[in-house]
Amino acid sequence: MSSVDNALVVQRFKLVIAYVRLNRIKPAFTTSLFSNQKNRMDNFNHSQDSLVSVHNLTFSRGERKIFDDISLEFERGKITAIMGPSGTGKTTLLKIIGGQLFPEKGSVTVNGRDVHHLKRDELYTLRKRMGMLFQSGALLTDMNVFDNVAYPVREHTHLPESMVRSLVLMKLEAVGLRGARDLMPNELSGGMARRVALARAIALDPMMIMYDEPFTGQDPISMGALVLLIKSLNVTLGLTSIIVSHDVHETLAIADYIYVLSEGKVIGSGSPEEIKQSSSEWVQQFMNGAADGPVHFHYPAKEYMDDLLHSEKAFKPLFTRQRPPNDRKAKRRRYS
Amino acid sequence: MPHNNTQDTLVGLFVAAGIASLFFLALQVSNLSSFTKGNTFEITARFSNSGGLKVKSAVSAAGVKIGSVKSITFDPKTYESVVKMDIDSQYKTLPDDSSASVFTAGLLGEQYVSLDGGGSDDYLKQGSKIEITNSAIILEKALGQFLFKSAEEKKSSSDDKKGKK
Amino acid sequence: MEFFRYLGASTRESFTKLGRSSYFLIETLSGISSVLMRPRLLLKQMHSVGVLSFLIITISGLFVGMVLGLQGFYILSRFGAEETLGVMVAASLVRELGPVVAALLFAGRAGSALTAEIGLMKATEQLSGMEMMAIDPIKRIISPRFLAGFLSMPLLAALFSAVGIIGGQMVGSGLLGVDDGAYWSQMNANLDFQKDIINGVIKSIVFGFVTSWIALFEGYDAIPTAEGVSRATTRTVVNSAFSILGLDFILTALMFGEN
Repeated sequence: MSSVDNALVVQRFKLVIAYVRLNRIKPAFTTSLFSNQKNRMDNFNHSQDSLVSVHNLTFSRGERKIFDDISLEFERGKITAIMGPSGTGKTTLLKIIGGQLFPEKGSVTVNGRDVHHLKRDELYTLRKRMGMLFQSGALLTDMNVFDNVAYPVREHTHLPESMVRSLVLMKLEAVGLRGARDLMPNELSGGMARRVALARAIALDPMMIMYDEPFTGQDPISMGALVLLIKSLNVTLGLTSIIVSHDVHETLAIADYIYVLSEGKVIGSGSPEEIKQSSSEWVQQFMNGAADGPVHFHYPAKEYMDDLLHSEKAFKPLFTRQRPPNDRKAKRRRYS
Repeated sequence: MPHNNTQDTLVGLFVAAGIASLFFLALQVSNLSSFTKGNTFEITARFSNSGGLKVKSAVSAAGVKIGSVKSITFDPKTYESVVKMDIDSQYKTLPDDSSASVFTAGLLGEQYVSLDGGGSDDYLKQGSKIEITNSAIILEKALGQFLFKSAEEKKSSSDDKKGKK
Repeated sequence: MEFFRYLGASTRESFTKLGRSSYFLIETLSGISSVLMRPRLLLKQMHSVGVLSFLIITISGLFVGMVLGLQGFYILSRFGAEETLGVMVAASLVRELGPVVAALLFAGRAGSALTAEIGLMKATEQLSGMEMMAIDPIKRIISPRFLAGFLSMPLLAALFSAVGIIGGQMVGSGLLGVDDGAYWSQMNANLDFQKDIINGVIKSIVFGFVTSWIALFEGYDAIPTAEGVSRATTRTVVNSAFSILGLDFILTALMFGEN
């Protein structure tokens, strides 16, 4: 236990330094220390060192297999990134972890609990400790920034309004938007909206945060701000972070461990260094952004010349009617 | 969430307006206010034909509504229609030899019972029976009689006392 | 063969939709108790559903009443029965037009707005976001709106009828010379509280329930894209109109049948 205590002390020390360096997160200091402690205590209740584990997950959407028997581990207190081209179901994975979608086969455990075998109340209790940052921010459009961040606090606690206020201001300060508290979501830029959403996600001091494409569509400055924020939150709050992204540079810069997915399979995993050195052609194509390689530039089609010379009727249509993106299982979940 | 007083006020006004219109419909438009049960007394009249009279049809005296028909039943012994009426208890000075007639309001209107006062010193009270009644005039019958008579004999038309209206 | 396959598929589709919407309704209804604990949520929705429909309802009611007064007068005066104008105007408004037209306007004004709002909240992941914050979107978003629609509808219908009757009176006795006393007294004598007013209110409650349900479900069930939301909005108006008119027939047959 003493070595653990030492580790904690070191961690705290780092944390203080990080605070001093960032200099904006100062007010969040005390609460984060407490929550840090709480999270740490939880960590020791379960002997495993991964907070989230995905076992043999299979998930299909219509005919297409999005995940084909994949297993992933997300270590506590680390930043784990899931990378892969668009359409590999990275967002779907986060929704499965959050219990919004049900896997066909396999299981997901978060903090030692099987997400998909929890009762609704238990799932909601668990979700209070899982933050999620949506790509769009998902701020409630009819409230201003302050109320958005205060929303989960007001819903889940019975704190007096003065305390809610200081808590919200701390969180907003942490993302550098304390001054924007009276703006409405439609007055925010994309990057600001995402930072507000991040403040909201950490409002209840969760044990983990899932980031859905946090860097997409950001200008370099807000991208830099987000990278810094994610990293510093991870360190200072001891959060376990799961990042889903296809932005190679930013992700490599902050991730501790990376999984690369393609066509429902894990095709590469390891530390950023290992990934960079990967011998897999596919991983290399993805990392370097080559237009052609194992993943072809062309969508599967028949021979070009044939296609031009023959009439349309001769072959099956390429685009058959697709199921709406919200499949039946997800719906059943939401209505049940 | 900040308190929004304008919103409160507007919703309050809306609800008040809605409830006010409900009251308006109930009191002004329908007959809810006309009679409330409890302060009425019941009288009975027998008609050889009550025509299109219905339950809740009006009972009036001198054109003023004083009550409503409570029930209409057929007496299988006398082959008469037994009409029970509730009269508002404020009209307790109707003579007990009043006569009851079934009239029609306008050419196509509803039928109603009209009470015409007599000269008695005793008044109608709970359970009183009205002895003198005039039945409803059935339009087809009246027309038939009129045509028949005018075709048969043009000279005597003074019989037709019933051809009112 | 293709036709039967299509028929079968659409039958299956409509049954699953019915099932989903029933689930949705049960969830929504069970969320109402938590709305009552937070009246502010309800108040806000009463504002956007009821207060903002107030103007369109009163103005339409006024015009419908005036037209009824005009048309009724022309027809009734042929039979020399102008003094029953009040009865005609009031009966048609209270029994039919009040509940039905108010509900149709409500579906167009408030229902479509509800669908679009919920659909966009879904498209912008606000509903998902709430779920991930462990906040039930049904309880916080859907149920308050449902309750607000359900409560506002009878009030709006009553308002419509009341304003319409006044409009009919304005035209009838103000313009066309029907006796003012006859207008009111005939109405008073011939309309029944139980049979006409209460039944009209029951109708509008049913319509409010169905319209709110359809509007919210279509929004919640919408495909979360711009096109999906626009289609859902159209479906709300169309389905609400069908349901209102169909239910009106059934309710009328049940209520006024034994006369």
